[in-house]
Amino acid sequence: MGRYVARRLLLTIPVLLGASFLIFAMVYALPGDPIRALAGDRPVPPAVVAVLNERFHLNDPLWVQYWEYLKALFTGDLGTDFRGRPVLDTIARTLPVTIKLTVVAVLFEIVIGIVAGVLAGIRRNSFFDNFVLVSTTVIVSIPILVLAFLTQLLFGLKLGWFPIAGTREGFYSYVLPGLVLASGSLAYVARLTRTSIAENMNADYVRTARAKGLPQRTVIVRHMLRNSLIPVVTFIGADIGALLGGAIVTETVFNLPGIGREVFNSVKAQEGAVVVGIVTLLVFFFILFNLIVDVLYAVLDPRIRYD
Amino acid sequence: MTEQQQRLDPAQIEVDVTAGIGTTPVDGTHARQNSLWSDAWGSLKRNVLFWIGAFLTVLLTLMAILPQVFARGVDPRACDLANSKALPSADHWFGYDVQGCDYLANVVYGARNSLIIGIFAVLVILVLGVLVGAIAGYFGGATDSVLSRITDIFYALPLILGALVLLRVGPSTNIPIINSRGPGAVALALALFGWMTAMRLVRSQVIAVKSSDYVSAARAMGASNSRILIRHILPNAVAPVLVFTTITIGVLIAAEATLTFLGVGLQRPAISWGLQIAAGESSIRSAPHLVLFPSIVLTLTVMAFIMMGDALRDALDPRQRS
Amino acid sequence: MTTSTGSLDSHPPLDPADGVGPVLEVDDLHVEFRTRSGVVNAVNGISYTVDRGETLAILGESGSGKSVSAQAIMGILDVPPAVITGGGIRFRGRDMLAMNAEDQRQIRGPGISMIFQDALSALNPVYSVGFQIGEMFRAHRGASRKEAKQRAVELMDRVRIPAAARRVNDYPHQFSGGMRQRVMIAMALALDPRILIADEPTTALDVTVQAQVMDLLKDLQRENGMGLILITHDLGVVNEVADRVAVMYAGKIVETGTVDDVFTRPAHPYTLGLMRSIPQVEAKGGRLNPIVGQPPNLAAIPSGCPFHPRCPKARTGAAALPGRDCVGDVPPLRLVMPGREAACHYSEEVLGV
Repeated sequence: MGRYVARRLLLTIPVLLGASFLIFAMVYALPGDPIRALAGDRPVPPAVVAVLNERFHLNDPLWVQYWEYLKALFTGDLGTDFRGRPVLDTIARTLPVTIKLTVVAVLFEIVIGIVAGVLAGIRRNSFFDNFVLVSTTVIVSIPILVLAFLTQLLFGLKLGWFPIAGTREGFYSYVLPGLVLASGSLAYVARLTRTSIAENMNADYVRTARAKGLPQRTVIVRHMLRNSLIPVVTFIGADIGALLGGAIVTETVFNLPGIGREVFNSVKAQEGAVVVGIVTLLVFFFILFNLIVDVLYAVLDPRIRYD
Repeated sequence: MTEQQQRLDPAQIEVDVTAGIGTTPVDGTHARQNSLWSDAWGSLKRNVLFWIGAFLTVLLTLMAILPQVFARGVDPRACDLANSKALPSADHWFGYDVQGCDYLANVVYGARNSLIIGIFAVLVILVLGVLVGAIAGYFGGATDSVLSRITDIFYALPLILGALVLLRVGPSTNIPIINSRGPGAVALALALFGWMTAMRLVRSQVIAVKSSDYVSAARAMGASNSRILIRHILPNAVAPVLVFTTITIGVLIAAEATLTFLGVGLQRPAISWGLQIAAGESSIRSAPHLVLFPSIVLTLTVMAFIMMGDALRDALDPRQRS
Repeated sequence: MTTSTGSLDSHPPLDPADGVGPVLEVDDLHVEFRTRSGVVNAVNGISYTVDRGETLAILGESGSGKSVSAQAIMGILDVPPAVITGGGIRFRGRDMLAMNAEDQRQIRGPGISMIFQDALSALNPVYSVGFQIGEMFRAHRGASRKEAKQRAVELMDRVRIPAAARRVNDYPHQFSGGMRQRVMIAMALALDPRILIADEPTTALDVTVQAQVMDLLKDLQRENGMGLILITHDLGVVNEVADRVAVMYAGKIVETGTVDDVFTRPAHPYTLGLMRSIPQVEAKGGRLNPIVGQPPNLAAIPSGCPFHPRCPKARTGAAALPGRDCVGDVPPLRLVMPGREAACHYSEEVLGV
């Protein structure tokens, strides 16, 4: 197990470096004008240009730029926006909201997705099963963008069941956005669970467990469910990436002051440094999270450990 | 995302089911492939969702090719501010937008951009994915390691985030197409951050088949590497790649609308559902139809492709054929 | 059925019913599978008995219904699509089919247990072998984790798995095929069952490993006085290991008797065909003698004697004796010699050959 973890850690390092380089390259290394990349259409007075050149070492060779960029990343210096506010502060201010939103979304994903999937998987071809099949196809097809607006209109404006926007109502404000954010993933979890359960229900080792005279409950929970849920658990972990992308739209539509909305606003305000800083951070989180999920997978499925 | 997790990536799951992981590799010869497709067609014919998806796809393709017909001959750019935000009526089914342009015409004309971007992006994804995946899978060893690491790196940037950054900095670069802020840029950006799943798919298919007996036989008869790859190995990948392609077009169309909504995709005066939704957002209380209509049509478009992809996957699933 | 929760000692006190009559009696069992494309008659009225310490081999090709009948005994058929449509299964005198589900469950494991062909898929990949063996004690005898594990190590020793104490925490995929099969045997024997059903236990193993596993089974059987039902299509294994054999065809038993009797002088054309199809070393260079034709589709079993389409001795119409028309009359399983039954209208002729 230790070797497995060590190997995974080792493999993560090139990915971390590579991903940060990719972001760096997109902004600073593509042929063109990096200052325009950072500032957009905003007119930049020569004095500011000089400062930017200095700060980002834009007149130095590429590898120096990248090195300085990495150094800055590791010391937590993500630069400032054009109003002089440190990006790190902006992140610190907005990250908690996004974390809350993501947690709510994952909870919905797990609870609704797995329960629906288990029930559908146990009763293959029943009405409930077909209902789950069709509804998951429909839900997955509705872009989060659309779902956000539709639910906001229906449940917020028309029916008044949920706050339309903002975080004024504390935890309750996260319910509808969380559900919207989770929608696509939830549908996939339900599908995946359903397939996994249906397969494992007829698995040989389940038959053995019954032949051993184990009580039905033990057969279902300890043998069937545990094996069926392994792919689901690891999928949920890996799906965080999709949630990160979806959070941008969800926070924007529901006006939640999180990192996603910050990205949107920064894009509109042409604050290149902020966008780059936030994306870099999100990507780092994503990679680290995947590492944890990898290890979790090995904990759950011993066959992986001895690969 | 690591390889384990690739297996659990939604698109990959589709693929795995279609490819029948755990079952013996399918012989890529003509006879076997024929039976696979005829069986699949039989199963597909019976699937209601397939027909719904197919009908919608045809409808939307026609809408993209002949928008004038669906817009009832109205010019989407013939605007009269006097009609600003007018609600739907018998004459103008979708009402008018903020500029006073006929909304039905605008929504209809929006189909063209979305479909073009979706199809173009998926083609680039296929070229990249098949090439890299086949090479990595076939040659293995160091080649595979390097290519897989590169794939991992791209995987670390989720589609929307990566495309967002690229499109954000695009206009400031000198690279053609990317700096144009047009459909080409959006398609390329989507393809650049969406090719990885295709690569993994093809790679795993190639690996599964590479060591089978009939490939060894072909090699013993002196077939060259490229011949083996093209005539013996890749045909096996057609089924899962087809499923992937269909579903991905839907996903990409949704992604384009999202990116455009966020401000980095298509720009005015281009006609795009994302732009329409963004423009309609501020009037959502007084004129909800501005957000509703493009949303509904966008959803139907995405649904068309995903339904067809789902149906294809079920039809091609070796486990359900007996 | 006693399940002593306190004591770990597997042998329940000697039941007066023991030693009187066969331990297991299958009586005119019928099992159908109801599928979308029709009804499959997997088992069509089979009866057999197993005594203490006896090894009964059930011999047949794939699709003959042999596994289904065993699964019916164990109560692990998928119901639906399977349906037990008739007959009885008596374990130590009590009809299992008449019992409720809970009583049946308590017989599985302590009373009758089963091992399967592919140990890799039959064992749960995410739990250690010690855990899975120990489950028997924890579920049926109320043992603690520690005690169960201890017992598991003892059992692994008994089935001759080397370094048992160390390997008890290993996972199934870390064992070789033969070792895995021993793990399954250990699991099945944990509670000293009266009957062990072995469904093709060695089909997936190398020949040398096969021999080891079968030797082990025989030894354990002798130690425990256990009845063994061996389901197989391998004539060699039957010859080595079994006392009596029941030959199955198209869901019916077509011949029973001691292995010696049946193999040297078959009383049914199918068995005769099987014996003759065994390649002989002396006949090297000559032609093989398979049984012509294919086993029947169980959804469309031929009328009369199900073997008639492939039987060289089949007689019908004018050539047949009254009531013994191979196409029209179903031959009953009848006594053709002391201790031997066969389901053929013309067994006497077959024997005479």
